[in-house]
Amino acid sequence: MRTWIEKQKYLIDFTLSSMARRKVKNFGILFLYTLLVFLLASVMLFAHALRREAAATLAGAPDVIVQRMVAGRHDLIPPDYIYKLGSLRGVRKTESRLWGYYYDPFVRANYTIMVPASAGGDEVATGRVAVGQAIARRLALTLNGEIFLAAYSGELRSFTVARLLPHESELFTADLVLMSEEDFRSFFDYPVGQYTDIALTVTNPQEVHNIAGKIASSLPDSRVILRDEILRTYEAIFNWREGVVLALLSGAVIAFGIFALEKASGLSADEKREIGILKAIGWETGDVIRMKFWEGALISLTAFFVGYTAAYLHVFRFAAALFEPVLKGWSTLYPDFELVPTLDGFELATLFFFTVFPYVLATIVPIWRAAVTDPDSVMRGAL
Amino acid sequence: MLAFLAVVGCLFLLTFADAAWLRSRRAPGVLSQAKLAKRLGLTDICLFTEARYTRHLSQADRHSAFQEYPGAFEHFPSGSLVSPPERAKHRANLD
Amino acid sequence: MIELAGIRKAFNQGRPNEFWALNGIDLKIAPQQVTVFFGPSGSGKTTLLTVVGCLARPTTGRVRLNGRDTSGLPERFLTGIRRRTFGFIFQQFNLVRGVTAIENVMLPAYPLGSDWKELKERAGSLLDSLKLSHRRTARVEWLSGGEQQRIAIARALINDPEVLIADEPTANLDTALSKEFLGILESLAGQGRSLLLTSHDPLVVESSVVRRVVTLRDGRIVGDR
Repeated sequence: MRTWIEKQKYLIDFTLSSMARRKVKNFGILFLYTLLVFLLASVMLFAHALRREAAATLAGAPDVIVQRMVAGRHDLIPPDYIYKLGSLRGVRKTESRLWGYYYDPFVRANYTIMVPASAGGDEVATGRVAVGQAIARRLALTLNGEIFLAAYSGELRSFTVARLLPHESELFTADLVLMSEEDFRSFFDYPVGQYTDIALTVTNPQEVHNIAGKIASSLPDSRVILRDEILRTYEAIFNWREGVVLALLSGAVIAFGIFALEKASGLSADEKREIGILKAIGWETGDVIRMKFWEGALISLTAFFVGYTAAYLHVFRFAAALFEPVLKGWSTLYPDFELVPTLDGFELATLFFFTVFPYVLATIVPIWRAAVTDPDSVMRGAL
Repeated sequence: MLAFLAVVGCLFLLTFADAAWLRSRRAPGVLSQAKLAKRLGLTDICLFTEARYTRHLSQADRHSAFQEYPGAFEHFPSGSLVSPPERAKHRANLD
Repeated sequence: MIELAGIRKAFNQGRPNEFWALNGIDLKIAPQQVTVFFGPSGSGKTTLLTVVGCLARPTTGRVRLNGRDTSGLPERFLTGIRRRTFGFIFQQFNLVRGVTAIENVMLPAYPLGSDWKELKERAGSLLDSLKLSHRRTARVEWLSGGEQQRIAIARALINDPEVLIADEPTANLDTALSKEFLGILESLAGQGRSLLLTSHDPLVVESSVVRRVVTLRDGRIVGDR
């Protein structure tokens, strides 16, 4: 066993000095490879953490949300809806909600304006608002500062900032403005007795589909969204089948393919000669292959470790800063969030398998032919 | 170079330790976030504030993406990052 | 003692450019002496060397090493025997470029996984005995022809082989260096090793160190002195 270890050490030694002779090329490969692993791992870690956080946070979303549609668009909920829904069997509680969007032309930002549920502890007094952190940053707002919103009539209304929504919840609240019902209705000129949508709590969660069916039949212009669907929407976010992620993955696969092809396209005359000499002085085919294996393994392991570590730091210590411009798109508000590191052994293993394995193979396969060279070919000067 | 690999391997392992540490530090934040989300009835992540159907992915009606120009399914960059919710893709009988 | 019986070796067998390098060689090579294979180029002397040294298998015929038949052995065993028994010095030296002198000397022993310190010491003392201690850590491509050859000799000796095989050792050396080489040869012979050379250099053939000259022509032995 000791001999085996010593032998591997020798082989590694030789392969290192062999690689050092083509420093620039090997360094270039290592760099590109690491970059690739970094990108893939970053996407993987980010997506996974985001999905987990969404699942954890949205587990508390309402059981059922009922919207009303007119000609394919959202319309307001009339008073009789609430009555009809409340009387459905299986519905424990109905909550009529008020929320909408506001576009601030001065900073070109979209805010989500909400009236928080009463008796939840989040209410704001009339004339005052609770504001999400991203808005506060954008408008340089502080407590008791003033925020100006322009109603459709053109009238500029000012509200005092009563509190800022907590930083830890930025991923979900960064663009929120919470105001009182009175303010909301007067600002938006919202018809009395009408609401944006209704959130239902059901007594038996397993009956939720039946209840949805009942709602659909008793309120034909309604549209029902179950919590299940909300959760599934976010389970699929940044899935490997989605848009840019798919493009990135395909790009990575192609890049690896190019790597492998470059390696497999054959050895340089130099390398062939070297192998011939090794065979002639007493190395077996197996020794040569093992040595080359170490070359592939050292490069891919280094790339994997460095790439993954960098990706981890990027996503969890720098909040995936490199993805920000991509995610932000045309938005002007962006949450300052810190994801919770979650580790999926399966995803890590998949990353490892798809990055390390092919490269090692690509290093060994072209060697095969050269490694079985007749040792006397060196003697004959055939090299 | 082997020493370098060893160092880098150690750093790799350290990330798991760091992850565990960060988890314990940030987990309470997620908990309070979840409570707030439940109280306010939040349904979507605030990553894409470009339009209402990118901001509230799960709540968007089927046609909001078409209203500007029927031929363009979607013209916000985030559409290339996130696909529409399943409901919008198949015929859901609850819609 | 190396015995060759009915050795024939062909290249590109079955193809239109089939070529028989050895056409029936029967030879007994005595141990602990210097034997030279002499002949013009194309006479098959290098091929004969590869067959004797277990670098290649004969097409027909048998090779016996100290009574043991080696021609039928699988590659693994053959390599092992070759490593233990033979040391090779190639005409072009064939040192690994970019690697230091001492590393080159140690290379043949790498697959054996022996103790590194001990191996390094052995290589070091070999280089010392060949007056190359000051060149230990030099890259081989920076060294002169004569120095490279001595490194090649040291490499051939690292596994302490019974038999040393050298192909046209003086082909790339001037007279002075050739004489120096023959001196080294003498001391190696004095250590009790067997030495097999190929050469068409009269300096080598007529040297007092050489005990036996086997002349080859067209793959056959035509003279034995």
